[in-house]
Amino acid sequence: MKTLRLATTAAAFVLSFAAAAQAQTTLRIGLAEDPDVLDPTMARTYVGRIVFSAFCDKLFDIDEKLNIVPQLALSSETADDGKALVIKLRPGVKFHDGEPFDAEAAKFSLERHLTFPGSFRKPELASVDHVDVVDSLTIKLALKAPFSPLLAQLTDRAGMMVSPKAAKAAGDKFGLHPVCAGPYKFVERVQQDRIVFEKFTDYWNKDNVFIDRIVFQPIVDATVRLANLKSGGLDLIERVLATDLKEVRADSRLKVATAIELGYQGVTLNIGKDKAKGPLSQSAKIRQALDRAIDRDAINQVVFNGEFQPGNQWVNPGHPYYQKSLPLRARNVEKAKALLKEAGVTPPVSVDFLVPKGAETETPAQVIQSMAAEAGFDLKIRLTEFATGLKQAEAGDYQAYMLAWSGRVDPDGNSYVFLHSDAPQNYSGWNNAQADQALDEARLVTDPAKRKAIYERLANLVQDEEPILYLYHRRIIIAHTTKLEGYKQMPDGLVRVIGLKLK
Amino acid sequence: MLNFLARRLAQIVPTLFFVSVLIFSLQQLLPGDPALVMAGEERDPAVIEQIRHQYRLDQPIPVQYAYWVGGVLRGDFGESLRNKMPVRELIAQKLPVTLQLGSMAILIAVLIGIPAGIVAAVKKGTAWDYGANLFALWGISTPNFWLGIMLIFLFSIELGWLPASGYVSLTENWRASIAATIMPAFVLGNAIAAILMRHTRSAMLQVLESDYVRTARAKGLLERSVILKHAMRNALTPVITLGALELGTLLSGAVLTEQIFSIPGFGKLIVDAVFNRDYAVVQGVVLVTATIYITLNLIADIAYILVNPRLRG
Repeated sequence: MKTLRLATTAAAFVLSFAAAAQAQTTLRIGLAEDPDVLDPTMARTYVGRIVFSAFCDKLFDIDEKLNIVPQLALSSETADDGKALVIKLRPGVKFHDGEPFDAEAAKFSLERHLTFPGSFRKPELASVDHVDVVDSLTIKLALKAPFSPLLAQLTDRAGMMVSPKAAKAAGDKFGLHPVCAGPYKFVERVQQDRIVFEKFTDYWNKDNVFIDRIVFQPIVDATVRLANLKSGGLDLIERVLATDLKEVRADSRLKVATAIELGYQGVTLNIGKDKAKGPLSQSAKIRQALDRAIDRDAINQVVFNGEFQPGNQWVNPGHPYYQKSLPLRARNVEKAKALLKEAGVTPPVSVDFLVPKGAETETPAQVIQSMAAEAGFDLKIRLTEFATGLKQAEAGDYQAYMLAWSGRVDPDGNSYVFLHSDAPQNYSGWNNAQADQALDEARLVTDPAKRKAIYERLANLVQDEEPILYLYHRRIIIAHTTKLEGYKQMPDGLVRVIGLKLK
Repeated sequence: MLNFLARRLAQIVPTLFFVSVLIFSLQQLLPGDPALVMAGEERDPAVIEQIRHQYRLDQPIPVQYAYWVGGVLRGDFGESLRNKMPVRELIAQKLPVTLQLGSMAILIAVLIGIPAGIVAAVKKGTAWDYGANLFALWGISTPNFWLGIMLIFLFSIELGWLPASGYVSLTENWRASIAATIMPAFVLGNAIAAILMRHTRSAMLQVLESDYVRTARAKGLLERSVILKHAMRNALTPVITLGALELGTLLSGAVLTEQIFSIPGFGKLIVDAVFNRDYAVVQGVVLVTATIYITLNLIADIAYILVNPRLRG
């Protein structure tokens, strides 16, 4: 009897916790990592961008088809010579601290991105010489040279506007209490635990904001993140594993929203920086042989249940800048063997394969290893913790490097920094004058058809020279409960909160 | 006694100094470049140079060390490279969480481990003893991450009784706080309970065979009084020492368990900091942990003397 009474009390006690939890009406979002600093000038992580989209509006945004649409701007116009960009701003916009958003504030934000010590936006806005105030709601960006990706840069952190008053007062501590002009305003942050936002009542588009609070919670383990969604502890989670999709789809209380990423997964081949002067750095034929030995479709089927998209360029096959003239080639082991023979090397061709630790890199690396072995390669996988591997890649201490890129809206953001001979992230050390010329030219031209033709030249060169083997594009997978309505997935992977409703 | 205390306190200073040098220099051996990691995907050389300069990563290591120690002596542990928060504030945020989780785990361990150990010893060779041993074996050999995930599946998904992860502070809502920490505390406590049970059992067995227990029994005392009043007190001394040491380990952060339950304590803080090469955070946390450990040791030593007069010199 005593035991029974004890059990009943215990059950009541536990149930009262559950009741307390249900009283909440907040949108709780589970993130895969703890974001870095919440200052758009200093921020640099993908996960941080997800959080920014809840509280920091930008001059421009993108739509589902990757068109650039105004957000805090109303319209834009590029000068005929391409050396100036005039932006008209949305009237009646306020920052979270009540300060007005006007041309002076926009000029301040852009100049802060350009000049603040340690700003990560500086390279993105490098083409901007200075910013002029034309009238109270118009600014003019005077450029050093025409730069067609500029508008696309302004759809991301470089286009985020901050309150001048708050930014001046906080200095480099602005990220601890950010003040922007987005739908939600910052309330508090507990490192590695939660970031809390509440609805901004003076938001310019407040009629489309329906949820009162948003709480972001970093939960690193994907299984635990999903468990939280299923148990009702969260309403939406990002980066669901492709291998968990079946289970999520089978659950009637959950919904999935997906899009193919703007970025790519690839293997960078060391051409110009290989200290060991391995075979891959010696002949394009050997690199082509490795490429032909890989069955991208099989990797997708075997490792990712067919959920990702095989690819062979720096943009995915559905992207407006994908070159249809260079389609995905089927695996051809005989061709690969023949290429090795032509190159005059005798198998097995040994390759030092640097692979960052993680399930989503290790498994495909092993599949590639066994595929390449059939063509005569001996890929020696070297699993390395990310920071260590990055340092080694910078130093050229590798021959093949499994490296992903999260992707940018404009194709320039997926190609220039990795392929141009002067670019900081050209880990391959590829140095090709024609490629440099194409990359530079594509920055000057604004007409999409002409730009695409220039990129086609580049894509041909990359396919011949193979500084990077593009493999596949991940599927951005967001899962949420059916209580959440109105969610649409954008190709940049960010979670947009405008229009969302909680039943 | 005072003499002893003074001697021990004087030892703390060089120990901490040695620890600080060790943390600082070992960290420099980590491959990878903090500025490069901090830059994330935006690896512009000029910006990286600026970060190196700003955080004095371009200075010789002894100079960096001098700046750091100078700051620590003034109570300034520096700021996190990743998110600009002062390390002191980060530690102040995480320490209560780790303290709460650690104390709950130890409480659970003591409540399970010691009674189980006593029962196993008293009922040696019976089903009770085997049962307790089986439990101990299970507790020691069950990996924390597995048990954690299983508990989440059972209590959060299937039964829906407890939140799967996250943390609420005690002051904010004590019920929600206990609900959020009970599973991780059980996972941690379960493993320690097993160790405590084994130690209690063997200590009890030894004591139960000693002369004074036999005398007590011969005097006709109740068995209950013999065990609880006479035998247990002596048997528990080594067990308490063990518990204190385990608590010290818990306070340095339970990495895996915190990760699974998303408890924002020391373990999660330091693991993230190591992977991000966030040197200031690693240094600050390790220094604080070392100080706690040393202090707990000192308290244990003092407790010995109070308990056992023979040690008073």
